[in-house]
Amino acid sequence: MDVEILARVQFALTIMFHYIYPPLSIGLGLILVIIEAIYLKTKNPFYLNMAKFWAKVFALTFALGVATGIVMEFEFGTNWSTYSRYVGDVFGSALAAEGVFAFFLESGFLAILLFGWDRVGPKMHFFSTLMVCLGAHFSAIWIIVANSWMQTPAGFHVVGEGVFARAEITDFWAMVFNPSSVNRLVHAVIGAWLAGAFMVISVSSYYLLKRRHIDFAKSSLKIGLTVALVSCVLQGISGDSSAKVVAVHQPAKLAALEGVFHTSTNVPLALFGIVNTKEQRLDYSISIPGLLSFLTWGDFSSEIKGLDQVPRADWPNVAIVFQTYHLMIAMWAIMLTLSLLAFYMWYRGSLFTNKWVLRALVFSVFCPQIANQAGWVSAEMGRYPWIVYGLLRISEGLSKVVTANQVLGSLIMFTFLYFLLFIVFLYLLNEKFKHGPDDVSFDATPYHHLNIYGEETKK
Amino acid sequence: MSLIMELEFIWFTIFVALATGYAILDGFDLGVGMLHLLSKKDEERRLMLNSIGPVWDGNEVWLVTAGGALFAGFPIVYAVLCSAFYVPVMILLTGLIFRAVAIEVRSKRPMAWWRWTWDILFSFASFVIAFALGIAIGNLIRGIPLDADKEFSGDLFCLVHPYAVMIGILTVSLFLMHGAIYILMKTEGELHDKMRRWTNPTIIFFIVFYATATMATLIYMPHMTDAIKERPIFFVLAVMDMLVIANIPREINLGRDGRAFASSCLNIIFLMMLYAVGSYPNVVRAINDPDGLSLTIYNAASSQKTLEILLLIALIGIPMVLAYTTAIYWIFRGKVKLDSSSY
Repeated sequence: MDVEILARVQFALTIMFHYIYPPLSIGLGLILVIIEAIYLKTKNPFYLNMAKFWAKVFALTFALGVATGIVMEFEFGTNWSTYSRYVGDVFGSALAAEGVFAFFLESGFLAILLFGWDRVGPKMHFFSTLMVCLGAHFSAIWIIVANSWMQTPAGFHVVGEGVFARAEITDFWAMVFNPSSVNRLVHAVIGAWLAGAFMVISVSSYYLLKRRHIDFAKSSLKIGLTVALVSCVLQGISGDSSAKVVAVHQPAKLAALEGVFHTSTNVPLALFGIVNTKEQRLDYSISIPGLLSFLTWGDFSSEIKGLDQVPRADWPNVAIVFQTYHLMIAMWAIMLTLSLLAFYMWYRGSLFTNKWVLRALVFSVFCPQIANQAGWVSAEMGRYPWIVYGLLRISEGLSKVVTANQVLGSLIMFTFLYFLLFIVFLYLLNEKFKHGPDDVSFDATPYHHLNIYGEETKK
Repeated sequence: MSLIMELEFIWFTIFVALATGYAILDGFDLGVGMLHLLSKKDEERRLMLNSIGPVWDGNEVWLVTAGGALFAGFPIVYAVLCSAFYVPVMILLTGLIFRAVAIEVRSKRPMAWWRWTWDILFSFASFVIAFALGIAIGNLIRGIPLDADKEFSGDLFCLVHPYAVMIGILTVSLFLMHGAIYILMKTEGELHDKMRRWTNPTIIFFIVFYATATMATLIYMPHMTDAIKERPIFFVLAVMDMLVIANIPREINLGRDGRAFASSCLNIIFLMMLYAVGSYPNVVRAINDPDGLSLTIYNAASSQKTLEILLLIALIGIPMVLAYTTAIYWIFRGKVKLDSSSY
């Protein structure tokens, strides 16, 4: 097989598997901060217990995130070494910043978050959780800056000829704040909050359905739902502004995302459809007239560039890009509907007993995961044929000395390994959820003990 | 003076410092991992695992950051090394994945088969990581074939040269000793006494390979001694290294585990300095034409602008990292005890 295809499949496999975990860590990190803040405020050991339970789930997702993330760092060099030479000056500094500012912070304070319950006071513990959460968010910043630079490069110039050509930074802040980085960062981080929130929602709903750990489940569900609804609303705004940036800087990508083959004005927004690349149209589609023009440029009669603006050979895989993009939006619509419905029922007081809504909420955990994966597939496949948009083609970025057999061998190894890891992850998660949170014992919790001790000495 | 002001030199120093930090910190994690199967009781294994429990993750970040520093500061070196060492890097990554997962999941289920499986994987993965890193260092000392486009022109088999394998075993023995002393420092009672009996063999194992590797380097890799011949002051490093190695068994016999561990850390620092001094200014030596084709810190570096930015990142970031890493080690100081949050 072709080394280019194999290297792309390998990158897709390893990054998609990796991307199951960091969003969960970012989202659960935020929820842990909220729970511990409530604990600090109320001093109710119930919330301590809750934090300890979610911290264990966090630990598992974090470990898998680290284990699969280190592969990504070295894969740039192993499979895409020409790309690494070309972008190292730019991409490398973002990666180095990620290590120095994000990973150390995250993994250092994780020690206190997981093992420090008895060793530090509640305030110090809260601070550590906050630092872990901040570190997780920082790690999102730098890698998305680097990735956004590949979508909308800025703040650089190209020096050298032939195999020695490379992009060098001319303006660091222009590179960091390239046209798409802020929008894409916000979009990805909110996607991560959704992943964490719906994980909490799903597990809590499961306990409510099984009539177990009722108090724990109710409180967790309330926190999860609040984060979910806020994130859903914000995600709608962020998605809209992200798409507008794509329209300006990557018109061919927007055309593929929306299935626009021919440049025209008053372009309709396709809600769904089947891409017919050969006939260059959408089959069985339902569209709202003029809406795409309006959403993109604020005017129903404005022009949208179609795929006819780029040579046929440079088209992304329109069918996949279109469908994954629409799948992401559909998932968002489901999440928004579910969280609105659940909020309404919470307000009415029937949420915790309604079996059908709870069942739907149990399965809702898949929505953000599917949306995150599908969104990234459309974003990255929409960049085709460029590895760095308009500068370097994917086929030019490969390692020259690496053979197809080497890539195939490692691809088989990773497929097998990740399959195994995924089974172990699901198994342990399932065991953890079946076991549930430990019961609150008021004198066994060290913080509370400290509090009582503190109150006694005050007297 | 001018040398110290050069950004390439500064950034190379930072990279070596990060790599040294990794070797010192994750070195004992890997050593503990390799020694893990020697303890037979589950409680002892949990004690060993939890002696590195809160810190191993942060220690591994030193490798991630060293990799990032290499990518950022010397992208060509990063690109050449990763693609040339394709198979060893994949083996290293597999080892790192298994080690991380094994530590995390091992104690999550009570079944004996479950724990044994992960114990074996943990131990074997630790060995594989240490060995693969050693092979890489061995090849960097010896050099690899490069062509005029600064691409690797050899094959997998030229990487498993006997000299590289020997440096691989030296690394394994170094981390075994380092890890044994670390456990000695972190445990008490029965496990501590048992570990005392294991420490001496690991020290002897290391010293035998240290002596052999030194001889082999002097005989077959004479380019490593050029810098010392030019600037005899560097000979002090070699002498200091031998003194701290000699100090390790002395401190162990006197029962001063903490000082023995400090000596072991210094040993790693001196070894890394000797390596850096010996190979400077080359980062990747071209064995086919060392003077013409080698990747040096000058011809493989990023632009001055990027190196300036990186220096700023390091100046802001690394003091913070050192501060809270020290604080975290301080919080988890003392002998390891099992509690409800332990692995």
